[in-house]
Amino acid sequence: MATQLTRLLEMPLVQGLIKIGFVIGFFVLALVPLMVIIERRLSAWMQGRLGPNRVDLPWLGRLGGILPSGLGHPLADAIKLLFKEEIIPEGADKFLFCAGPLLVLIPPALGMIVIPFGNQIGDAPLQVADLGVGILFTMSVLSVAVYGLAFGGWASNNKYSLLGGLRASAQLVSYELALGLSIIAAVMLTAATSPDGSGTINPRIMVDLQSRGIQYWNVFGGGDWRLAPFGILGFILFFVSALAENNRLPFDLPECEAELVGGYHTEYSSMKFSVFMMGEYVGMILMSSLMVTFFLGGWSFPGITDPKNHGLFAGLLSVAVFVAKIMAILVFYVVIRWTLPRFKYNQLMNLGWKRLVPLALANVLAIAAVGVLTSSGGGK
Amino acid sequence: MTAGQKLKSLWLKFLIKLYIPAAIKGMSRTLARVFRPKVTLSYPEEVHVPRKGYRGEHRLKKDELGRMKCVACLMCQTACPAECIRIDAGPSPWPDREKIPVAFTIDMLKCIYCGMCEEACPCDAIELTPTFNKVALTREEKIYDINKLLSR
Repeated sequence: MATQLTRLLEMPLVQGLIKIGFVIGFFVLALVPLMVIIERRLSAWMQGRLGPNRVDLPWLGRLGGILPSGLGHPLADAIKLLFKEEIIPEGADKFLFCAGPLLVLIPPALGMIVIPFGNQIGDAPLQVADLGVGILFTMSVLSVAVYGLAFGGWASNNKYSLLGGLRASAQLVSYELALGLSIIAAVMLTAATSPDGSGTINPRIMVDLQSRGIQYWNVFGGGDWRLAPFGILGFILFFVSALAENNRLPFDLPECEAELVGGYHTEYSSMKFSVFMMGEYVGMILMSSLMVTFFLGGWSFPGITDPKNHGLFAGLLSVAVFVAKIMAILVFYVVIRWTLPRFKYNQLMNLGWKRLVPLALANVLAIAAVGVLTSSGGGK
Repeated sequence: MTAGQKLKSLWLKFLIKLYIPAAIKGMSRTLARVFRPKVTLSYPEEVHVPRKGYRGEHRLKKDELGRMKCVACLMCQTACPAECIRIDAGPSPWPDREKIPVAFTIDMLKCIYCGMCEEACPCDAIELTPTFNKVALTREEKIYDINKLLSR
C-alpha cells in the first residue's frame, strides 16, 4: 500500500494535480477569504473599532481560543451572496455581462501557476509550471484582466458603468507599462549579478539566484551593493504600479465605492459581484507573489530555509516562508489603504506616465550602465 | 544663504516632492493606531452609560411630602421649542399653591431633548433623566402622561 502510494506520488500527473490543487485551493480559495477578514479587522483596528468578531468558524469555533474571533464572516458573506437575487439589467449583453467577472478572476489565478511557491520536495519543484518564459506569461495573462473590467462596464447597459470601465481600463493599461519596466529592472539585476553573467526571465531560476542569502535579493541589488539603490527603486516602482494594477487605494479610481457609483461593477449583484471581489483579491495575492518572487527572495529566508535541503519538512517550511512574505505585503497594502488619500484622475495619469515610466526606464538604463561598467557578472 | 543651507533646502524640497518619507511617517502613525484601545462597545454585553448631565427622557419630581412639585405655571410648555408638552391645569388640593396639572403629557417623538423645559421650570419640578433607550411598538406608547412621568 505504502509503495503504491509513493509510486502514485512519483507520477508527474499526480504531482501536477496536487500542485494545481494547492494553488487553487490555498492561494485562491483559502487565502482570499482569510485576506478579506484580515483586511476588515485591521481596517477596524486602525479606526479604533473592533471590527467583525461575532461569527466564528462552523463546527470548529475558535478551536478553544486559539483562533481569533470573526473568522467565519467571509463564509457567512459567501452564503449570503450566493442566496441573493441575481439581477441582469435590461438591455445588458448577457454573455459579456457574465464573462466580465470570470475574466477578472481567471487571469490572476492563471498567473499563479508560474510562481515558485516553495523549494523542491524530492525532485518535484513546488511550482505548477516551470515555464522558461514565466514572467512574460504572467504579464500577458494579467493584461487579459483589463477586458474583464471593460466588458463588465460596457455590458451593463449603464453609462456610469461604462465610464467606470473606461476609467479602469485606462488606469490598468497605463500602469502595466511601469509594472513591466520595473520587472525588466529585476531581470537586468539578475543579468548583472548572476554567477554565469546571464539574465533570466524564469521565476524559478530568479528565486534560486536570490536564495543564496539576503544580500542576493534583487531589492538589495542582487548581491552587488552598487546596484542596491536601483533594486530599491525598482521595488518601489513595482509596488506603486502594483497598487494601481490592483485598484487599491490610493489608486482605487475604478471603483470609488462612495462617490463615483461603484464604477464598472455598479450593476453587478450577488455572486457575480463577489467573483469580481475575489478576482481583485487574487490579483492582490498574485501581485504580492510577483513582488516576493522578483525582489524579495521568493520562498527563501536565510537561516530558516536551506536551498539545498529537498526534504518534505524543508519544502513545507519554504512554502510557509513564502506565504508569510505575501501576507506581510498584503498587510502593507491595508496600511497604505488607510493612510494615503485617493489621487485625482489627472494626478494618477501624471504619476503613471510622467513619473513612473521615465523613472523605470532610467532605472533599467542605470542598471545596464552600472552592470557593464563594473562588469560585476562573474562570468566575464 | 550659504551654499550648504541652499543645498539643504533643495534636499528638503526633493524629499517633499518624493512623497515617500511623508507616506512612511503616515503609515507608522496608522500602524500605531492598531494597538490603541478601541472605542467600540460590544453592545449586548457592554451597555453605554451616559455621562452626568445627559439629556434623556423626562420625569416629574416630587417634594419631601410625596406631592408633585409642579404648579402648572406653563413655563415649560411655553419654553418648549418643539411644542411637545401639554398641560391642563386644575385647582390645587393643597394650600401652598393655586394650581396643579390634571393632565401633563409629553410627546417623546416630538421632543428634541434640548432641556429648555428643565431650565424654564421655576419650581425645579421637571428634569431630564439619563434614560435614552426606551422602546415602544406604537406611537401612542411614546406619548407619556402624568402618571408615567411621575412614576419615574
